[in-house]
Amino acid sequence: MSDTTFNAARRRLLAGTAALAGISVAPGIRLISTAEAAVSGPASAKNRWGLLIDSNKCDAGCTECVTACKTEQGWTGNDRPESDPQWIRKVNLKDNKTGATASLPVMCQHCEHPPCVDVCPTGASMKREDGIVLVDKHICIGCRYCMMACPYKARSFVHEDVHNQKQHMPRGKGTVESCTLCVHRVDAGGTPACVEACTEKAGRDAMVFGDLNDPASEISKKLAKHVTTRLRADLGLEPGVHYSGI
Amino acid sequence: MKRILFTQIQGNSTGYIALLGWLGAFVAAALGAVYFMEHNGHYVTGMNNQIVWGMPHVFAVFLIVAASGALNIASISSVFGRVMYKPLGRLSTLLSLALLAGGLMVLVLDLGRPDRLDVAMMKYNFKSIFAWNIYLYTGFFAVVGVYMWMMMERRMNRYTKIAGTVAFIWRLALTTGTGSIFGFLVARQAYDAAIMAPMFIIMSFSFGLAIFILVLMAVSNGTGRPLGDVLIAKMKNLLGVFVAAVLYFAVVQHLTNLYATEHHGVEAFILSDGGIYTGLFWFGQILIGGLLPLALLYHPTTGKDRMMIALAAAMVVIGGMAQVYVIIIGGQAYPLSIFPGYEVSSSFYDGIVGSYSPSLPEVVLGLGGVATTLLIVAIAIKALPFLPATLADADIDPHYVEPEPEPEPEEADSDDEGEEAAEAA
Ligand code: SF4
Repeated sequence: MSDTTFNAARRRLLAGTAALAGISVAPGIRLISTAEAAVSGPASAKNRWGLLIDSNKCDAGCTECVTACKTEQGWTGNDRPESDPQWIRKVNLKDNKTGATASLPVMCQHCEHPPCVDVCPTGASMKREDGIVLVDKHICIGCRYCMMACPYKARSFVHEDVHNQKQHMPRGKGTVESCTLCVHRVDAGGTPACVEACTEKAGRDAMVFGDLNDPASEISKKLAKHVTTRLRADLGLEPGVHYSGI
Repeated sequence: MKRILFTQIQGNSTGYIALLGWLGAFVAAALGAVYFMEHNGHYVTGMNNQIVWGMPHVFAVFLIVAASGALNIASISSVFGRVMYKPLGRLSTLLSLALLAGGLMVLVLDLGRPDRLDVAMMKYNFKSIFAWNIYLYTGFFAVVGVYMWMMMERRMNRYTKIAGTVAFIWRLALTTGTGSIFGFLVARQAYDAAIMAPMFIIMSFSFGLAIFILVLMAVSNGTGRPLGDVLIAKMKNLLGVFVAAVLYFAVVQHLTNLYATEHHGVEAFILSDGGIYTGLFWFGQILIGGLLPLALLYHPTTGKDRMMIALAAAMVVIGGMAQVYVIIIGGQAYPLSIFPGYEVSSSFYDGIVGSYSPSLPEVVLGLGGVATTLLIVAIAIKALPFLPATLADADIDPHYVEPEPEPEPEEADSDDEGEEAAEAA
């Protein structure tokens, strides 16, 4: 993407979307406040946003969540699968021993202790108070150390010019990006596009979004009832995304 | 023992001008490659979302690691008091700074947004090893620069030891920092090992000394300065020890990994079925970078032959590049284990060995870093007296046997334009 488009996108962002309204949190991060911040309120440590994904309800043939994310965030690629970004992907599993299969979406796991944030030299990679992990595209230098550090392969480097940017999602060639948990929707009281599509388009209800800190939320109740898994739990990163059925 | 006279090179021969021209052309080509890659985006390189650090990182890490090793010769004389190496101290610090500059150039120009270097300099995340490294690298320039000045300015000579000690400690920290870039990556099977940091230190000793020997032989040849056999023999023995140590660390690294079942996959990948990475490991790193140079250096005949010693040093450099390639690219090519025990597939190459083949612009950028290093050295030795006028055994070896041994060294007194004297002991 050319600098002009990038700057235009940046201006749009600064001029009034709520997309990154909450980037006033982690220490050392530049404060970006917008008019809309007042409407939705800044990110607060009272919340801990997370997902619960039930692989039993997910189907290998379905990619509605991926399509919805692409449309929402505008990361359609250039038919170069090795270098095109993928914020969310469907992973199909087959148990080596039993042959049982499962399918599930994998995206940024929004860790409590994100290694991408630890390694980022500039602080571009950061975690909001409410647990959402983001990249501040304005200070990302494109070193890709966060991609080396992420155990989930959740991040993509933007390898070429980007077109059709969304107002709420400035992107830029030479920077790194990943799932934002649809922070622009969450800040406006909504749910991420993938979750919505899973219910409304696919009719599968395999994904639940909610506040892990609120015991009354649907996600908390479900997590309290059934044992769930977190990917690479051995690393102790405490991801905000839980899986059941694997 | 005799006083050591340092002189500049004349630098008006056709050979010298041609050398500058060639090196300049390489640097220019590298800048062109950078423009091409940044203008189009990194998709024109061999890198992708699976292999995010490619050939430029191999060059950059190699040069940065070698930079701290090139300082060894100076440290051996100032810190460990080996008189014979003293005349080489200046060149050692110069080469060290030049290697770091070349390596950093490559590293920075391969960023997605090299234009944002100011951001990197101004915004620090103190938990990031990368951010520490920015301090370690800039500090290295300062510390080694001061050390060089102490050596070159006669009035400051008495501080050489203390400055040399600080530089020595700093370089250990710097290489630890570089090794830790990989050592702290818990996510990847191939890294995440404490041995990375000490292994990088020993690699730096070996690569840095090999490059130093090659540069020293080249300038001695090119400028017709005598280079004594005793000195060469000492350096090649030292190189042999370092090469053996690198091999030893490689063995320990892989044996400890083989002990842990969870690492069996990645070990099998590097050691037996990783294709190009397995080939580079055995033939590049172990054979060309380890066993063959050891044989050349210690064989009674080849060990006395300068051409063979130079060949061994060149092999150490090539093997070192292979080793860094296996660590950086091989380590990324092996798929992340997100779902242990499952066979995985996805549109994002989960469970598949990442593919990477270096593109021309990446290689040109890397070579541009090497050319930058050599260009800095070539220009500096013309501008300032870095080189001793002679390194003949009779002039620098305190144990050189002559009918009538020289008395104690005298105070240096010559201070001519472009010529400078320093005491040899
Ligand atoms: S690529 Fe950007 S976000 Fe990732 S570590 Fe580097 S500067 Fe931080």
